[in-house]
Amino acid sequence: MMKQFMLRVAFILFIIVVWQILFILNIWPEFLFPSPLMVANTLSDGFKDGTFIQAIGASFRRLLLGYLISIIFGTLLGILIASNKIIEEMIGPFILALQSIPSIVWLPLALLWFSLGETAIISVVVLGGTWNMVINSSTGIKNVQPILIRAAQTMGINKIQLFWKVILPASIPHLITGMRLSWAFSWRALMAGELIGSGDGLGQILMWGRDMGNMSLVISVILLIGSIGYLTDNFIFKKFEDKVLNRWGLDVK
Amino acid sequence: MAFLKIRNLSKHFIQQDKKELEVLKDINLEINNKEFVTLIGPSGCGKSTLLNILAGLITPDTGKVLLNNRIIPGPGKDRVMVFQEAALFPWLTVIENVMFGLKINNIDKNTAYEKALKQLKAVHLANFKDSLPHQLSGGMKQRVAIARALVMDPDILLMDEPFGALDEQTRLILQKELIDIWLDTQKTIIFVTHNIREAVKLSDRIVVLGTNPGYIIDEIKIDLPHPRERENPYLVKLENRILKLLQNQMNTVGVYDEAVYA
Repeated sequence: MMKQFMLRVAFILFIIVVWQILFILNIWPEFLFPSPLMVANTLSDGFKDGTFIQAIGASFRRLLLGYLISIIFGTLLGILIASNKIIEEMIGPFILALQSIPSIVWLPLALLWFSLGETAIISVVVLGGTWNMVINSSTGIKNVQPILIRAAQTMGINKIQLFWKVILPASIPHLITGMRLSWAFSWRALMAGELIGSGDGLGQILMWGRDMGNMSLVISVILLIGSIGYLTDNFIFKKFEDKVLNRWGLDVK
Repeated sequence: MAFLKIRNLSKHFIQQDKKELEVLKDINLEINNKEFVTLIGPSGCGKSTLLNILAGLITPDTGKVLLNNRIIPGPGKDRVMVFQEAALFPWLTVIENVMFGLKINNIDKNTAYEKALKQLKAVHLANFKDSLPHQLSGGMKQRVAIARALVMDPDILLMDEPFGALDEQTRLILQKELIDIWLDTQKTIIFVTHNIREAVKLSDRIVVLGTNPGYIIDEIKIDLPHPRERENPYLVKLENRILKLLQNQMNTVGVYDEAVYA
């Protein structure tokens, strides 16, 4: 663990050193290629004056709302598909097609329908997260071991109990994986939406940096977006997923 | 008077190549209360299918199953099944697994807990009540599965090759434990195996099934007290007799597809 951590720190230091050397060599103008120190200053200023905090807050509000809708809607649709063969054959392939559409593609449509506001961005987030959740939840339910169902049936279980007490808990590992992936998809969709949409989220600050020709700000926001994505995935979702897989007795490295 | 009556039971499945496969043909069998009956036969004789029909998990094409003179209406807690794989719920602890059947039948939590604990003691697993299934060995899992079935206090315990996946020592231990439980609880047990030695060691009666389609070749009663010595000459003779019956089967039927049905 410690060794891993040191290796990563060493790598970051290496990048900063190379970056600084390139800056000193003065190959590109300063406004296109700021020094590490300039970016660090922008980051610390942004946190001090509250701009970043506010932006992260605004982004997370949209993200959570859109994500929540996509998880609920995606799971319900997944259950429906898994429990009805006709519905599955009817819409299954379309779900896969929808999942393959990059969420930014929805943006023009959302902007025309909902104009340049919250709703447009949130609807893109929902579209970004939903389809993956549909696929994961229906896969989870379809892959419940038949023997668990038969064991419960010989103990006299009824249909409703069978769903709540066997099928749903048995598919939780798939649901958790789905939630984790959907979070990542929603996060990407949100950033795409915010770049073009309005308001004061991280994506808008990024665009604002571009408009002002403030490369230092652009790089700062990119670093923030990357870090937040990584931290939420690794320290919230991955931890939670490992815990669940462990409990369920599925292999965890 | 017979307790469980199987009348003119037939069953076929449709194979992947759309061909019809007759699995059971005109099975008639009566099983008494408190009897330990073993169904034995080569793979494909329909012994597991027959057990699943008794459990109500498979519906027969023709014929009927009567328990206490009433037609069985599908799966029910009066006929609990133990499978070859323990089929424990991986998200529940050992004791929660044993309580599962009681709770879905609306037995209150404290009573369910007490009963489950008592049953776990009977299979020597009380110390593992808070473990998760994946932390147990194969033999321990199967003990939990047996406890989970017994706690329901079923009329009949159906066992589908319950020791088939265990190593020899564990298998011997569990056979002994099962006989102790059976003597103690006086349950009717219908046991499926393809292990002849296991069959003669455990059963009051062995039903030998032939294949293609499955039918009853012979029924063999064993009036010997438990525990039975494996070297007992009478049992050895029985083993040979059953082996011959099954070998004749294989010769007349020839090569058959073992993987067609379980």
